[in-house]
Amino acid sequence: MNEMAPISREERTQNLKGLGCSRKRVEDVRFTQGKGNYVDDVKLPGMLYGDFVRSPYAHARVKSVDKSAALALPGVVAVLTAEDLAPLNLHWMPTLAGDKQMVLADGKVLFQGQEVAFVVANDRYVAADAAELVVVDYEELPVVTDPFKALEPGAPVLREDLEGQTSGAHGERRHHNHIFLWEAGDRQATEEVIASADVVAEEMIYYHRTHPCPLETCGCVASMDAVNGKLTVYGTFQAPHVVRTVASLLSGIEEHKIRVVSPDIGGGFGNKVGVYPGYVCSIVASIVTGKPVKWIEDRMENLTATAFARDYWMKGRISATKDGRITGLACHVTADHGAFDACADPTKFPAGFFHIMTGSYDIPVAHVGVDGVYTNKAPGGVAYRCSFRVTEAAYFIERMIEVLAIELGMDAAELRAKNFIRKEQFPYMSALGWEYDSGDYHTAWNKALAAIGYEDLRREQAERVEAFRRGETRKLIGIGLTHFTEIVGAGPVKNCDILGMGMFDSCEIRIHPTGSAVARLGTISQGQGHATTFAQILASEIGLSADSITIEEGDTDTAPYGLGTYGSRSTPVAGAAAAMAGRKIRAKAQMIAAYLLEVHDGDLEWDVDRFAVKGAPERFKTMKEIAYASYNQAIPGLEPGLEAVSYYDPPNMTYPFGAYVCVMELDVDTGSHEIRQFYALDDCGTRINPMIIEGQVHGGLTEAYAIAMAQEIAYDEIGNVKTATLMDFFLPTSFETPHYTTDFTETPSPHHPIGAKGVGESPNVGGVPAFSNAVHDAFRPFGLRQAHMPHDQWRVWKIARDLGLNG
Amino acid sequence: MIPAAFEYHRPPDLAAAIAALRDYGDDARVVAGGHSLIPMMKLRMAEIPHLIDLQAITALKGISIDGSTVRIGAMTTQAELIAHDGLASLAPILRETALQIADPQVRYVGTIGGNVANGDPGNDMPALMQCLDAGFILAGPDGERTVSAREFYQSAYVTLREDGEILTAVSFEATGGGHAYEKQKRKIGDYATAAAAVLMVKDKTACSRASVAMTNLSDVPVWSKAAGDALAGTSCGPADIDAAVAAMLADIAPTADNRGPVEFKRHVAGVILRRAIARAWSRA
Ligand SMILES: Cc1cc2nc3c(=O)[nH]c(=O)nc-3n(C[C@H](O)[C@H](O)[C@H](O)COP(=O)(O)OP(=O)(O)OC[C@H]3O[C@@H](n4cnc5c(N)ncnc54)[C@H](O)[C@@H]3O)c2cc1C
Repeated sequence: MNEMAPISREERTQNLKGLGCSRKRVEDVRFTQGKGNYVDDVKLPGMLYGDFVRSPYAHARVKSVDKSAALALPGVVAVLTAEDLAPLNLHWMPTLAGDKQMVLADGKVLFQGQEVAFVVANDRYVAADAAELVVVDYEELPVVTDPFKALEPGAPVLREDLEGQTSGAHGERRHHNHIFLWEAGDRQATEEVIASADVVAEEMIYYHRTHPCPLETCGCVASMDAVNGKLTVYGTFQAPHVVRTVASLLSGIEEHKIRVVSPDIGGGFGNKVGVYPGYVCSIVASIVTGKPVKWIEDRMENLTATAFARDYWMKGRISATKDGRITGLACHVTADHGAFDACADPTKFPAGFFHIMTGSYDIPVAHVGVDGVYTNKAPGGVAYRCSFRVTEAAYFIERMIEVLAIELGMDAAELRAKNFIRKEQFPYMSALGWEYDSGDYHTAWNKALAAIGYEDLRREQAERVEAFRRGETRKLIGIGLTHFTEIVGAGPVKNCDILGMGMFDSCEIRIHPTGSAVARLGTISQGQGHATTFAQILASEIGLSADSITIEEGDTDTAPYGLGTYGSRSTPVAGAAAAMAGRKIRAKAQMIAAYLLEVHDGDLEWDVDRFAVKGAPERFKTMKEIAYASYNQAIPGLEPGLEAVSYYDPPNMTYPFGAYVCVMELDVDTGSHEIRQFYALDDCGTRINPMIIEGQVHGGLTEAYAIAMAQEIAYDEIGNVKTATLMDFFLPTSFETPHYTTDFTETPSPHHPIGAKGVGESPNVGGVPAFSNAVHDAFRPFGLRQAHMPHDQWRVWKIARDLGLNG
Repeated sequence: MIPAAFEYHRPPDLAAAIAALRDYGDDARVVAGGHSLIPMMKLRMAEIPHLIDLQAITALKGISIDGSTVRIGAMTTQAELIAHDGLASLAPILRETALQIADPQVRYVGTIGGNVANGDPGNDMPALMQCLDAGFILAGPDGERTVSAREFYQSAYVTLREDGEILTAVSFEATGGGHAYEKQKRKIGDYATAAAAVLMVKDKTACSRASVAMTNLSDVPVWSKAAGDALAGTSCGPADIDAAVAAMLADIAPTADNRGPVEFKRHVAGVILRRAIARAWSRA
């Protein structure tokens, strides 16, 4: 082999398709040909189908459930109610947030769409017919959908099960609809600074309730094998191992007797992290009937009953010196959690990482308090492509900066630049206790402003305002600025766990004798392209082509334990585990190469895909040769084989950041808009696959566009969901999706093995304030300070009308 | 999203379809493209034991033009309307309107007959048909009759069509002149927040004839005779347009929904009508 015409190092590097290569997504071969394998594609012999009877009311007592007519329908096998689940103690289940949640209505319902009974039939259509035949006798109760009203003294008692409990999983409850008060920072110091500040801007910022709305809804197939006692659950799980552990704890079935499989997942965005009643009911139904049971939600069920996102009322105060140096930041949040606290946050952080709210700025003191509140709305409060309330925090600070700029009469770009944490301040300890690992905000900011021609845009905007005032146009220009700092990669086990499970992740690699490999990880792709990018990380670490490395995830019988995929944690945590496992492989490979080349370990150096003798590069062993030898040659002192496992507990979170600018035209008469330009600069540290990064940014920005401009889960006063279908819940198509310009700077994470920080969520985190700020900015010359999202047509028209612009 | 059980019938001709409607009475409904009806069935807002599919009846398809008389078979799809060049040159407002309905996928199956027979105030074709002063040709057990589009709509989903009747075609006289169908919507595939159909005939510098109809601003499409009258005989100056808009606003009665409150809809109705008049006049 060594005799072959040598190929250049550059060519060998390219052949690996490793880090930095825009390798095409290997998953897409099957996705684009309709050959994906989703939960609804799982069909097992004798499978039964489940369907829910759901509450039409937001708050009602369930006086009786009559299932006789349903049971009499041919094909119906069972109808489960809370009464049937109670003997198994499964009529309630713990949530990931330390609360508990009804699996099936136990005496009352607390939100519209809540699960009341589970019908099981031998045909999907029969199940739907039978669900209509279940007769539920409801007695309506007063409804609260407003978290402020929920905390009033005479508000209806929602959670009767908590009656008399003055403390919960996160401390004191001061009202029957209060869940927790969580605080961070120094309240007294912050109050003192604000009280004596030159300038204070105060504003209520609402981040409305919305929903991740993945293309594939939630679902599962539960199959209990009565012969060997093994339960297999296929499902839309973003964290399959967590589901296995929870299933074991709940059911009492030993964990090795449970196999959880996440097949292909059609988008998750946080919606598929939690455990839903459908999973529990399917499992129970399979155990009871001895047959596999499938449950798949429809779109309305997904939008009304599975985990929503946001719904944060953020009351902020920001103080500064006259010349615009920020001196303090205070925030009080009223967090609407719906009927049960079913967030999926690390245990210690019931408001997630909201205390990243000081953003990209060097703010000396800050304080935040978050009150969690129960209302008659669906439970949830998941990430939606955001690491644990980081979107809310980023929106809050990026709005507060704009409001402060108005208060100071200052340009908002200049105000940001004046207050950025400076490059030399990293690692930087924030006032709320986060250690920012790295950053170079000024460079990114200046690059962004130059790229969009900021000065010219401002001039054009001013001219437009003049023309508008002269009555020559009815369109205004808004320039939406954002500089966001994310916190992802949860997280260090010392302070991050979910239900007591530490948030490490894992990778296991097995090299085959002929020099190809399989690697399994504790994460699960939902469209992020893990099979592509993790193979690239490994290719660069172990010198085998990414094309020769199969990535497997999602089957708990084969994959090593991990906490799953959400919060942009896959690359920061599992990606790091992959790199570390790769390094273990390389360490053993070095010993093998040394033996084969008859030199000392230390005389070898790594060279892309081989070990070569220092100073004699023509003497080398490629990884392929080493792999073969590892199995087939007896090497004294070394076990045969080439495998490694790594469990990675990250030393810190990572802090991706970015600078976004949105230029928008707004029609004052119709409230409609046009995105003229959207520039997105992302710094996610080391870039593994630029093409995938671009795709992630496009997807996240499109979600951000939807959220800021129209998407919402809206309720009326009696708790009816007004946006339960895609006619009213906005999901952009190619027609609405703006054009994006992407750009980057690269500031590697100093503590991550390959310097990567994660990018899946940044565009959603940073995009929303950019779009929203553009709307606000357009009306700034006319006196607008704050208008709540979504900025759909009638709300934009209302801004104009309230400012007297609509004659 | 699973409909209740139903029997599916596919009659070969109109007579068989009418007979099926007679046989099953209240339990039967015809289905054309199904893009309004099937969603209602899946939501179980409509339970229809006997579904009579009109797809096999070729007599209900096609566009014929005789001088200025246009006849469009009920089963003609919106995509076919858009593709028809003869129609586009004689009555271009049809193409302009059809292109603003839903998305290409819906337009490949949704029919003009279904769109006008449905009686949903959100549908775009009914106001257009009123603007054009079209007639709807209905066939039933007692033969055929024609009902004016301007009289057809009674309230949401209630029309002058008898249960045993099938709409076979729409027919109208092309008037020439300028046209515009202006629609404000939230996104592709959305029904109108407000839409206006305007036809204007110009005689030298004055408007000799104008017809104005509005979509989704009442529980029925609104043909505003007064708005048209306000424009006729004028040179379409700002005061004339103001008068037309005021007349239209007196005829509509929008309700609040996720598209916005009543006040907004009335505002947008005015803006949209002004734009439609401006465009129609510029083409007249
Ligand atoms: C996502 C989406 C977006 C849409 N957006 C729009 C829009 O913006 N504007 C718009 O106008 N429409 C819109 N539609 C509706 C679409 O244009 C429908 O196709 C159309 O309204 C009905 O036509 P159809 O052939 O599908 O009728 P069907 O759904 O088959 O029938 C509708 C009703 O009319 C009756 N019917 C049908 N044909 C006849 C007949 N010949 N005689 C008697 N009764 C008959 C049926 O019994 C039924 O009650 C949208 C639909 C969808 C799914």
